[in-house]
Amino acid sequence: MDVITMLKQLAEGMIVTGQIFFLTLLFSLPLGLIIAFGRMSKNGLIRTVSKIYISIMRGTPLMLQLIVVYFAPYYVFGVRFGSGYRMVAVILGFVLNYAAYFAEIYRAGIQAIPVGQHEAAQVLGFSKGQTFFRIILPQVIKRILPPVTNEVITLVKDTSLAFVLTVAEMFTLAKQIAAAQTTVIPLMVAGLFYYIFNLLVAFVMELIEKKLGYYR
Amino acid sequence: MNLLEINHMKKSFGDLEVIRDFSLSVREGEVVSIIGPSGSGKSTILRCATLLEQMDDGDLIYMGEYAAKSVNGKSVYMGKGVLKKIRSYFGLVFQNFNLFPHYNVLKNIMDAPVTVGKVPKEEAKERALKLLDQLGLSEKGQAYPYQLSGGQQQRVSIARALALQPKILFFDEPTSALDPELTGEVLRVIKELAAQKMTMIIVTHEMQFAKELSDRIIFMENGVVVQEGTPDEVFHSENERIREFIGKIEAVY
Ligand SMILES: Nc1ncnc2c1ncn2[C@@H]1O[C@H](COP(=O)(O)OP(=O)(O)OP(=O)(O)O)[C@@H](O)[C@H]1O
Ligand SMILES: [Mg+2]
Repeated sequence: MDVITMLKQLAEGMIVTGQIFFLTLLFSLPLGLIIAFGRMSKNGLIRTVSKIYISIMRGTPLMLQLIVVYFAPYYVFGVRFGSGYRMVAVILGFVLNYAAYFAEIYRAGIQAIPVGQHEAAQVLGFSKGQTFFRIILPQVIKRILPPVTNEVITLVKDTSLAFVLTVAEMFTLAKQIAAAQTTVIPLMVAGLFYYIFNLLVAFVMELIEKKLGYYR
Repeated sequence: MNLLEINHMKKSFGDLEVIRDFSLSVREGEVVSIIGPSGSGKSTILRCATLLEQMDDGDLIYMGEYAAKSVNGKSVYMGKGVLKKIRSYFGLVFQNFNLFPHYNVLKNIMDAPVTVGKVPKEEAKERALKLLDQLGLSEKGQAYPYQLSGGQQQRVSIARALALQPKILFFDEPTSALDPELTGEVLRVIKELAAQKMTMIIVTHEMQFAKELSDRIIFMENGVVVQEGTPDEVFHSENERIREFIGKIEAVY
């Protein structure tokens, strides 16, 4: 197999990897905020449930969670989906897992905002929603950028875990080609790919950080 | 008519009775100072009056409209809509400013009138620029809070409160977080407001300032009013505690 063919095959995997990455962020970032609200809820039951959820998601391997998400519909509900469910299960598993991490980051960020910000907004007549979205959240985002960057970088590398559900993301393909052609080149290309991907992530996050650097 | 009326306010935090029985009526244009030792409940009164805290018992009435009414020994608060309207009657200036760090000075001042008061943007901006000019900050509209001195930040926070055109303005130790050389510029602004007949209730440790400015001074201790009167009456009080307190404060400042 020539290098061009190999790269072409790997490129297909890269698209899948990119899909896992972007879809996970798209859904887990807002879901994390909702879970963070649950974790800080005045309602004790909601708070406890959120806490247990976060603890399980962070305390067990993501790989196992992917397997559970994939097999749960059949073993728990007796429902069988087509093979297209593999990719859905991967996204679902990643979203549920990363939302838990993001929830804790949001919570720390929200709680770090001085109570005076809430009080000033309240006295000025802002509603709870206006206070959160206009005053609190923008400051939270600035504060949590560094830990979020860490998670996003981890996510890039974690996408390779999709192989447990035999979703053909990049690393799965690289391994297959490497085994079939007895060469390490695909693996090195894979490594390079993750590295460049993360350089890009770091670059984008730095841009956002700069953009939010106009105040302290 | 009284702009503000507080009748028999009571407030506890757990077992700690912070306000035992506090009443106050304020007429339009009056300046009332509240003084007293640390922990006597001054901030708690302002926080209850500005709806940041709920009192346990008592009435809270602005312009004849009840925010809370004592029913069978408990304060019952009005609905959201009523409280929202009542919030528009007052402003509060905090000890540590609490400006919004991600907004520039102009936006800090304009944001509430635009989003809460539904004032058209152009008009809100005009109003904000006028206030900045009045408070000697006309150069600072585009600056962010972190770029300002404490005294400037506090003046911006006063402008932010004034932009909503409140009937009554509360100050909780507006100069306590400032370096001594910066208190003057803030006190001057408050004096100008008094000259314009702004109704104000001021918690302060600045005795000279309270004496000059106030129509009435209230001395609090342990959650009760020890004495209420003209500056003259309070500063020449026979009460041993008041004499001691004023003496001590004046020695410090
Ligand atoms: N949220 C709260 N929870 C519990 N106790 C509180 C709370 N707020 C105030 N207190 C207590 O109530 C008492 C009165 O506090 P307050 O802040 O009203 O006093 P103050 O007169 O403003 O004092 P200072 O001059 O130091 O500002 C204090 O003993 C304080 O510890
Ligand atoms: Mg106080």
